[in-house]
Amino acid sequence: MLTLTCPYCGVKAEETELAPGGEAHLKRSGPGSSDEEFESYLFARKNPKGVHFERWRHSYGCGKWFLAARCTATLEVFGTYPAQTPAPTPDILAAIKAKRPEWEGYE
Amino acid sequence: MAQRRYSLFAVAREAMRFHSGWERAWTSPEPKKRYDVIVVGAGGHGLATAYYLGKNHGIRNIAVIEKGWLGGGNTGRNTTIIRSNYLQDPSAALYEKARALYEDLSQDLNYNVMFSPRGLLMLAQTEHEVRGYKRTVHANTLQGVETEWIDAKRVKDLVPIINIDGPRYPVLGALYQARGGTARHDAVAWGYARACSAMGMDIIQQCEVTGIRTANGRVQGIDTTKGAIDCGKLAIVVAGHSSVLAEMAGFRLPIESMALQALVSEPIKPCMDVVVMANTVHGYMSQSDKGEMVIGGGTDGFNNYTQRGSWQHIEETVRALIETFPMISRLKMLRQWGGIVDMTGDRSPILSTTPVENIFVNCGWGTGGFKAIPGSGWAMADLVARGQPGPLAADFGLNRFREGRFIDESVAAGVAH
Repeated sequence: MLTLTCPYCGVKAEETELAPGGEAHLKRSGPGSSDEEFESYLFARKNPKGVHFERWRHSYGCGKWFLAARCTATLEVFGTYPAQTPAPTPDILAAIKAKRPEWEGYE
Repeated sequence: MAQRRYSLFAVAREAMRFHSGWERAWTSPEPKKRYDVIVVGAGGHGLATAYYLGKNHGIRNIAVIEKGWLGGGNTGRNTTIIRSNYLQDPSAALYEKARALYEDLSQDLNYNVMFSPRGLLMLAQTEHEVRGYKRTVHANTLQGVETEWIDAKRVKDLVPIINIDGPRYPVLGALYQARGGTARHDAVAWGYARACSAMGMDIIQQCEVTGIRTANGRVQGIDTTKGAIDCGKLAIVVAGHSSVLAEMAGFRLPIESMALQALVSEPIKPCMDVVVMANTVHGYMSQSDKGEMVIGGGTDGFNNYTQRGSWQHIEETVRALIETFPMISRLKMLRQWGGIVDMTGDRSPILSTTPVENIFVNCGWGTGGFKAIPGSGWAMADLVARGQPGPLAADFGLNRFREGRFIDESVAAGVAH
């Protein structure tokens, strides 16, 4: 069972307390964007086998959205951080690099 | 390789000589340097693609590459349900093609896939479902798919063990497909594999693809753990790992891989001779020939490649089914397992050309791929052989996401497949 620590209220929440929200750090396409950009924003997903950044909501807790870095091949959690973060923080990247030295990094 | 036919005569003959004359059902060759077509993934869909390429299009210089063992992915992990009662026209056409091919697949392959059109019910347990399923029946009538709306009394007649007047979700009726049912999932993969091998195709197991070589936007070949292999065309038919293969070829897919679980109970005497799906409470159940109650439920909501699901989903499914079938409450669980399903946004599959010339993808079957295997292989073979989709696959291209032309079965069929 997956356990994530909510970065807002500090509660170690197991997955029945949380709601998954898909890939994090998607760049939103605004009016005037091309069909390709909308397709990429709405549908195309990295879906990596390995390090993945994703959105979660502490739905049966504080109710806030946060972000998590997790390995989809092992379910290992590298860390969680607030949703108001446009890209993975240096702390998170360092934590991932420590456990996955071969990881190519966030693009 | 020339194969002896399986027949009653063959059984009698082998009975006389201590079964010493049975041959291996398929060969295990080393890969050649080059093939006209390489199919990645020796599950049902991949093997069916290779089979119909040989049978319908005369292309036989084919390798089917498999990372693990043949039929060991979702083909061997599903709940074996076959139906075609879909709302949207393109889906109904494709799934009904598959269901129709299942009818005489055993004769076609000379391999008993144990297709059992025992009848399938999708329970309506809310007023909205009643309206939705009545609409599906009308749509199916226009599509030439034989389904009917039946009332709660008929449901009880067909399924005596069901509880139709539960307090929260009473059974109000059902969408009934009399020629839906089940088949032996492993046998489908084994039957196609044997038939492919008989046509001279190479099925190469324990061989993982590590890279896809392209030049000038065109596929050249693949790198594998058994060395480099060149190909004219490449068909990627790998379900849960589609995004990983697409990444190697340099494009992204509208797919998320998630864990879906199923379980079986201890075997009991025959008590239910139809398949029952309850989409509102989210569980479905049938009884296998061995007597186990085969139970499936919903997917986990997060990306996962581990073939292990979350325990609470099993609990939810079983809780819901115990309300619907009170007599199963004392059954022990025998086995539980998971598979990685490839979910698309509209819950419809992708049969498509790709940004790389001569690479084709067949994926996105999500939670409901087994029922589609023969139709999927048929349509995919057509796509690979001609380089462009035929009538069955035309609406299932990747371009539908760019054009907003969805085949929205997520709303139409509910969540369970």
